[in-house]
Amino acid sequence: MPLITSSKTQPVYDVVVVGSGAAGGQTAYTCAMSGAKVLMLEAGRNYDPVKETPMFQTNGQAPLRGGNTLDKPFGFYDATIDGGWAVPGEPYTSASADPAQKFWWWRARMLGGRTNHWGRISLRNGPYDFKPRRRDGLGLDWPMNYEDVAPYYDKVEMLIGVYGSAEGLENTPDSPPGVLQPAPAMRAGEQYARAKGKALGLPIVPIHRAVLSMKQDADKIPAKLHPNNPKAQRVLADAMRGRQACFWATPCGRGCSIKANYQSTTVHLPPALATGNLDIVPNAMAREVTTDAKGKATGVIYIDKSTGQEHRVTGRVIVLAASSAESVRIMLNSKSALHPNGLGNSSGKVGKYIMDTVGASLSGHIPALEGLPLHHEEGAGGAHTYVPWWLYKEQLAGKLGFARGYHIEFESGRRMPNGSTGAGLEYLTKGSYGRKFKEDARRYFGAQMGFAGRGEMIPNDDSFCEIDPIVKDKWGIPVLRFHWKWSEHETRQAAHMQKTFAELISAMGGSVRAKPEADGAKAIEPGGKIIHEVGGTIMGANAKNSVTNQWCQTWDVKNLFVTDGGPFCSNADKNPTLTIMALAWRSSDYLLDQLNKGNL
Amino acid sequence: MNASENSPSGPRLDRRSAIKWMFTAAAATTLLDHGLTAAATTAPAGVGYGTDPDVLKIYKPGDVWPLTFTASQRVTAAALCDVIIPADASGPSASSVGVPDFIDEWVSAPYPSHDADRTIVLAGLAWLDAESRKRFQNDFVNLVARQKNAICDDICFVPKAEPEFLNGAHFFKRFRDLTAGGYYTTPEGMKDIGYIGNVPLDKFEGPPIEVLQKLGLA
Repeated sequence: MPLITSSKTQPVYDVVVVGSGAAGGQTAYTCAMSGAKVLMLEAGRNYDPVKETPMFQTNGQAPLRGGNTLDKPFGFYDATIDGGWAVPGEPYTSASADPAQKFWWWRARMLGGRTNHWGRISLRNGPYDFKPRRRDGLGLDWPMNYEDVAPYYDKVEMLIGVYGSAEGLENTPDSPPGVLQPAPAMRAGEQYARAKGKALGLPIVPIHRAVLSMKQDADKIPAKLHPNNPKAQRVLADAMRGRQACFWATPCGRGCSIKANYQSTTVHLPPALATGNLDIVPNAMAREVTTDAKGKATGVIYIDKSTGQEHRVTGRVIVLAASSAESVRIMLNSKSALHPNGLGNSSGKVGKYIMDTVGASLSGHIPALEGLPLHHEEGAGGAHTYVPWWLYKEQLAGKLGFARGYHIEFESGRRMPNGSTGAGLEYLTKGSYGRKFKEDARRYFGAQMGFAGRGEMIPNDDSFCEIDPIVKDKWGIPVLRFHWKWSEHETRQAAHMQKTFAELISAMGGSVRAKPEADGAKAIEPGGKIIHEVGGTIMGANAKNSVTNQWCQTWDVKNLFVTDGGPFCSNADKNPTLTIMALAWRSSDYLLDQLNKGNL
Repeated sequence: MNASENSPSGPRLDRRSAIKWMFTAAAATTLLDHGLTAAATTAPAGVGYGTDPDVLKIYKPGDVWPLTFTASQRVTAAALCDVIIPADASGPSASSVGVPDFIDEWVSAPYPSHDADRTIVLAGLAWLDAESRKRFQNDFVNLVARQKNAICDDICFVPKAEPEFLNGAHFFKRFRDLTAGGYYTTPEGMKDIGYIGNVPLDKFEGPPIEVLQKLGLA
């Protein structure tokens, strides 16, 4: 992609966006398509999925059979560059030595950020999810309703391409007709689970993922997304014609060179660049937002990692989309006489109420899946099926002992072998080796199913981040220090997941590989491990107890916006990326309108 | 993240257990003779592939960090690989498709998470030869199939292993997992186990009717 260097930036931009992932990509896209001049700063290197994706490489062609290492925590082919839970030279700290109170912070230093490798699961928050406190008295309500956001879910789904179906389930919104792409057929294991899970009352339905199951309609969608904007329509139509439908062969976590799935680098940035309205500077590590004597934001100071030099850029509007915790860090490091506690922090809430998703998993051996005739099971490079939360009524009646729900994700089928294939089978083989072992390996390949729960965490006072008073990164920028604590709502939910998975495996005639964990505090993944980090710059109805309004606009500085997951004031079980994009588009529309009216 | 992104890593002895075994094994005479305490606890010299490796390149063991098996370790590892995965009608043997090189790469890797495996594999290979000499007066590679099996039968299943073979059983379990992972990721191994994916398709239609019938769903 044609990026620029620090010396080529314009004297002033309409909008300066920090970050290039789901939030930065969507913000820059919406602004540039509308004609605003946009500068994007990305802390990592340029990255081009068309040229760099290892689409068909097998694990046998990678060091260590592609397995996880400190350098590549999700494996060799994972589309994460210079990232993971530890980034060399860019530490963060934990306030407590207790592992249960540690927050794991995943970052990716590359154009497109975490959208290059994400799971592509794209679930809408439902009506309850925007008003959780009204429903059960816990947590925080959003200052808007599902109906306010729904049109933007429609737009994002049409732009990025999401497959799924309409099921009419409680708090699990259907998209309007014509918005979603067709859901792919369920795999054998998924169909078997659906049949056997009925007895447990589990609604096993097509999941929604940002993968093109067919080519997008480039003749119709652009006019729907950009009415009265012929240039934007033309640019988007060209970009859509350059995307191919999924060819059902390779894992999405590597990225996609044919642009069949959504990543910012293949979907948001190419059309935004094609307008001529977007400049991108890579290797630009933002340090602080500058302000004028009246307290308005004026620009961003960043370190150019390729030279170590400090640079200043100027914008009429500044948008932080750096990931929720990184945006907190920038705001808290932006101190001035008018903003002594950091920018946008008169409420003292910047850094407060950080959340992740509750995660627990269990796998089982399903004898019915042994020895099925060979057939293609890669599918769309991820799940086709899931179980949306199904116990709303029981939960509201107080029967479950925890307040919020979870959904279940599946893993099944004979997928590309990795370094763990054929491993850990002793509990089934009783220790076979030789020809018997080879027979066993064939027999059990694809006869395992994995179940992962992804649940809602309620924001709490003990989970927050702040600036570490001592530690700085290699660029001299003070780092974040995290505080973390799950409440019993989360740990009990994790124990419930384990019980449910074991029941489902049993209903399928299977056996669990490891005993289900009854102690939720042991079953739950550490904070941050699910990489659904949100909160920290929460939105709310007034300036006293929140950082932004419903438009992701900070209460204190009207030309400063935060469009990543930071403004989330709850974290429903629905994976946050789709909502981040919907809110970023909505905020950008508001921002452009205010800019045109001269209000910023 | 979805479940499939958490690529599973094989079950393995934690570092503490491995070191504990080192002490136990060292006390049992034979290991000390091979100077193994030093070999197994010295970290390998290479560096990792870094956080931005060339992911398009095709790698083979030894390309990124040096391999460290001695000639005798290599011979014993290859012999054990082929006891675990011999040639049959569906595929070749593990050693014929380079699995010992992979295991060498694995135990030579400069990542701390590989230290425990380095310890257990090197100590285990030495134990295997020592046990072979004790029982049959020859190194493992030179034993006939019946003799190899006699030793392997004692260590192939941890829950059934006699106390004196428990450490050997833990080694065998880990070595079998590495052999399997190494083998089934080769083109021959993928074919052997029944993997037919990684090829583009025009459309995805789900399982064919005979699969659904077998599952009682059609």
